[in-house]
Amino acid sequence: MLKAKTLFWAVLSALIIQVGCGKSIELPFLKKGSKEVKVNKEVKINKEVAIENVTKEGSKDELVDSEMNIGENMEKKEEAGVSMNLSLPSDEVIAASMTYVAPGSYDEFYWFMSGGYSGQVSVYGIPSGRLFKIIPVFSLFPENGYGFEEETKDMLLTSYGHIPWDDSHHPEVSLTKGEQDGRWLFINGNNTPRIARIDLKSFETTQIIEIPNSAGNHGSPFLTENTEYLMASTRFSIPILQSNVAIQDAAKGKFKGTISLVSVDKDTGDMNLKGQVLVPGYDYDIAHCGKGASHDWCFFTSYNTEQAYEMLESNSAKNEKDYILAFNWVGAQKCFNDGKAKNVTTAYYRNTHPENKPTVSEKFTKTKLLDPKDCPGIMYYLPTPKNPHGCDVDPTGEYIVAGGKLASMIPVHSFSKFMQAKDNMDSRESVIDGIPVLKYESTLAAEVSKPCIGPLHTEFDGNGYGYTSCFVSSEVVKWKLGTWEIVDRVPSYYSIGHLSISGGDSAKPNPKYLLALNKITKDRYLPVGAELAHSAQLYSLGGDKMKLLLDFPTVGEPHYAQGVPASLLQDNAQRIYRLDHNAHPYATKQESEAKVVRAKNVVHVYMTAIRSHFKPDTVEVKVGDVVYFHVTNLEQDYDIPHGFAVKGSKNSGVLIMPGQTKTVKWNAEKAGIYPFYCSDFCSALHQEMQQYILVKGK
Amino acid sequence: MRVLKFNHVLVGLSIIFMFGAYFFPIWQIRLAAPQYPEGLGMEIWLNKIVGVGEFDLQNINLLNHYIGMATINEHNISELQYMPYMVFALMFFSFIILCIDRSFALNLLFKGLLAIGLVGVFDFWYWEYSYGHNLNPKASIKIPGMTYQPPFLGCENLLNIVACSYPGIGFILIGLAGFCIFIAVFKQKIVEILKSTAEKELEEIVE
Repeated sequence: MLKAKTLFWAVLSALIIQVGCGKSIELPFLKKGSKEVKVNKEVKINKEVAIENVTKEGSKDELVDSEMNIGENMEKKEEAGVSMNLSLPSDEVIAASMTYVAPGSYDEFYWFMSGGYSGQVSVYGIPSGRLFKIIPVFSLFPENGYGFEEETKDMLLTSYGHIPWDDSHHPEVSLTKGEQDGRWLFINGNNTPRIARIDLKSFETTQIIEIPNSAGNHGSPFLTENTEYLMASTRFSIPILQSNVAIQDAAKGKFKGTISLVSVDKDTGDMNLKGQVLVPGYDYDIAHCGKGASHDWCFFTSYNTEQAYEMLESNSAKNEKDYILAFNWVGAQKCFNDGKAKNVTTAYYRNTHPENKPTVSEKFTKTKLLDPKDCPGIMYYLPTPKNPHGCDVDPTGEYIVAGGKLASMIPVHSFSKFMQAKDNMDSRESVIDGIPVLKYESTLAAEVSKPCIGPLHTEFDGNGYGYTSCFVSSEVVKWKLGTWEIVDRVPSYYSIGHLSISGGDSAKPNPKYLLALNKITKDRYLPVGAELAHSAQLYSLGGDKMKLLLDFPTVGEPHYAQGVPASLLQDNAQRIYRLDHNAHPYATKQESEAKVVRAKNVVHVYMTAIRSHFKPDTVEVKVGDVVYFHVTNLEQDYDIPHGFAVKGSKNSGVLIMPGQTKTVKWNAEKAGIYPFYCSDFCSALHQEMQQYILVKGK
Repeated sequence: MRVLKFNHVLVGLSIIFMFGAYFFPIWQIRLAAPQYPEGLGMEIWLNKIVGVGEFDLQNINLLNHYIGMATINEHNISELQYMPYMVFALMFFSFIILCIDRSFALNLLFKGLLAIGLVGVFDFWYWEYSYGHNLNPKASIKIPGMTYQPPFLGCENLLNIVACSYPGIGFILIGLAGFCIFIAVFKQKIVEILKSTAEKELEEIVE
C-alpha cells in the first residue's frame, strides 16, 4: 500500500514538474519560430532607422552621403547580422534596407497592377517588388486552365462570342465612405467593353459584365464614394445605336459616346447595368468620382472635341481646350428611376463565377438610354487644356486635377467654384446638346505652372500634396495644393504613364510609397531581345524629398495600380475551398463515389484526386466519345493543389485547389491508350500520380 | 469508521475535478515539419480524438499513409467508448462515499483510481506502440529499422517530423482528483493511527 502511494506521488510530481517547467509545452519548432521573429524585429528596427535618416537628410535638402552616416548605418546593419558591401553608396544601402523584406517576412502592401495587353491583373508585394500572383481576368490563362476549363470558359463570353483576350487598364479597389474596404477589385476591359470584379478573398475573377453601346471602355471602372456605381465612358465615339454610316459622318455629330452606370450590390458585389447617358461624340479618357461635398458627381476628361476621324495625332490637337465632363450621377439615377430614359434593344452578357461552381452566363437584350436634354442639370462641360488625360479628385473632394497632357501646366478645377458657376448664366460659354459649357475661369482653382512636360496623372498623399506623372519629361513632380508650388521632382526610367500611391485616389491615402509605371524600359535590365518588360520604380514618400528605392520589371503593361495595406487583406485570404461547401453539380466528395457515367456518346468521369492518386484507377471510353473529366481535389490542406493533364487535350491542363472541382472536356478521337497525370508537384509520390485511359475502337 | 469532515471536502473537490476532465483534452500530440511550419496537432479527449486545426487529423492521416501507418479513426479506438463511463463511475462512487460516510470506501476508491490510472497510462503507451509499429507492408516509403511510435512524453524526431506529446488539462484535472483522494486517505490513516494510539494509552491509564 505504502509502495503504491509512493509510486503515485512520484508519477504525479514528475508530471507537475514537467508542466510547471513548461518543458513539454515549449516545443522545439515553436522555439525556432520565436527566434526568427526576433531577427526580423531587429531588421525592422534597422529599417526604421533608415527611414528616419532619409527624413532627416531630406529636410536638410541634401543627399545622404556623409561618411558618418554610412558608418552609422553599417554599424546598425552589422548589429542586425547583415553583412554589407562597404563600397555601396549610402543612398543605395538605405534604399536596399527599406525594400528588403527578410525571408519569411511579409510585405506591407499588396499592389494590384493591371496587365494592359496581357488582359490580366498581377499582384505584387511592396516594398519588395516581388510578384505573388497573376489573376486571370480577360484573357485565357493556360497556366491554370482559366477560360479553357468548363467552369470558367463562359467568363469570356460576350455578344461577340467567346473573346480570348482583352486590354485591362484601371484596377479600382471597392470603397466605403471613400476609403478602401478591401472587398473587391474592379477592372475594365478596354477592347471589347467589359468590367470585371475580382474577389479579394479568393483573388479570383468572379464576375464580368459587358458594356453595350460602347467602344473602347477606357475611362472605366471608376467608383463612386461608397461603390454605389462604377462609371464607364467611351473612348471611341461610334453611332449609337450601331449602324454602318460613313466614317466621315463622325465630324457631323453622327457618332456619340455614352457614360454607363453599373450598379454594385453592396452585399454580393453583383454588377448590373443601370443605364447609359448619351453624350456628344468626343473621346472620353479617364475619370474619377467625387468625395465628401462632391459625392454626387463624377468627372471625365475628354479629347478630340474636334471629332476628327483620321490623323488624330494632329487633328485632335487643334483646340486649345477640350472638356472635363462633370456628371451628377445621383441626378441621372433619379431620371432613370423616373422613367425619363428610353428603352433600347441591344445585347450584352453578364458572366458570374460562383465559388466552386460553373460560370453562369446571362444574356440581356435591353438597356436604358438617357438623353441629357431629358434630364437637365446632370451634365456640364468644364473647358480644360489640352487633350487632358488624368482626372483626379483630391482626398477632400474639392479639387479636380486634370492631366493636361499637351499643356505646359496642370489645370485644377474647384468643386465649390463649379457649384457657384453651374447655374449662373454669366458663367456659361455655350450649350452643346443640352450640356452647358462653363467658362474656364469660372471653375478654375489654379494652374500649377511649369510642372513638367506631358503631365498625365495625379495622386495625393492626404497631407496636402499632389504627385503628377510626366510622360514626356519622364519624371514625377510633387506640388502643394493651395499654394500650387512645385516642391520636388524625381526622374523616372523611362517615360512614366500612371503613378500610384496606396489609397492615392481615395479619401484616405497611405502615403508611404509611390509607384511609377513606366512605358519605356530600354537599358534598365539585362537585354532579352526586342520585346521588354515594362519597368516600375518605387519611391519613398517618407521625407520631404522623394527617394528612388527600387526598380523592377512587371507583367504586361500596367496602366494603373492600386496599393492596399496588407492588413486589410491578408487574414481573409482564402486557403482552401471547404469540401463540405462544394456545391458543384459534378463534385465527387469521396473516393467511394468516383465513377464513370455514360449517356450515349457523352461520358462524365467523376474523379477524385488526393495524394498521390486519382480514382477511378482506369477509365475506358469509346472512339467518338466526348469525355468530361470532373476532377475534385479531396485535400483540405493549404497549398496542396493537384493538376490534371491528359494527352492530346485541345484544352489546357487545369489546376484544382483543395476542395475544388474542375472539368476538362476531352474528345476521344482515336483508339489507343492515353495517359493522364497530376501536373502540379503535390507530394513525394507526385511523379507516380499517373494513370491510363483506354479508348476502344468502334 | 466515518470519513473525516475535511475529507468530505476533498472528495467533493475530486468530483469537481473529474467532472472538469470532460471539457478538456486528456493528452495532446503536436507535429511539426519543414513544410508544416504552422504545425499539425491532435488532442485526445475522454471520448474523441480531434485535430487542433479542423482538418489536422485528415492531414496527419494523409502524411502517415505513405509510411504505412494505420488511419486514426476515433470509431476504431474502443477506449474512447468506455472512458467517459469509467470516469463517471468514479465520480458516482465518490458521491456514494459522501452518502455512506465510511472510510473503507475511501480506501477502495483510492485503489480503484490508482489501478485505472496505471492501466490507462499503459494502455495509451501500448496504443502508441502498436500505432507506430504495425505498419502496412505495402507502404510506399519503407526505411529499414524505422518505426514511428510517437513519444509518450516530450519530443522526438520521426523522419522529417518533430512529434511532441504531453498531457492535457483533462489529465491534470484527473491527477488533481487522484491527489485529493490520496491526501484524504493519508489523513484518514493518520487520524486512525492517532486515535488507536490514544485509545491504547487511555486503556493503559485505566488499567
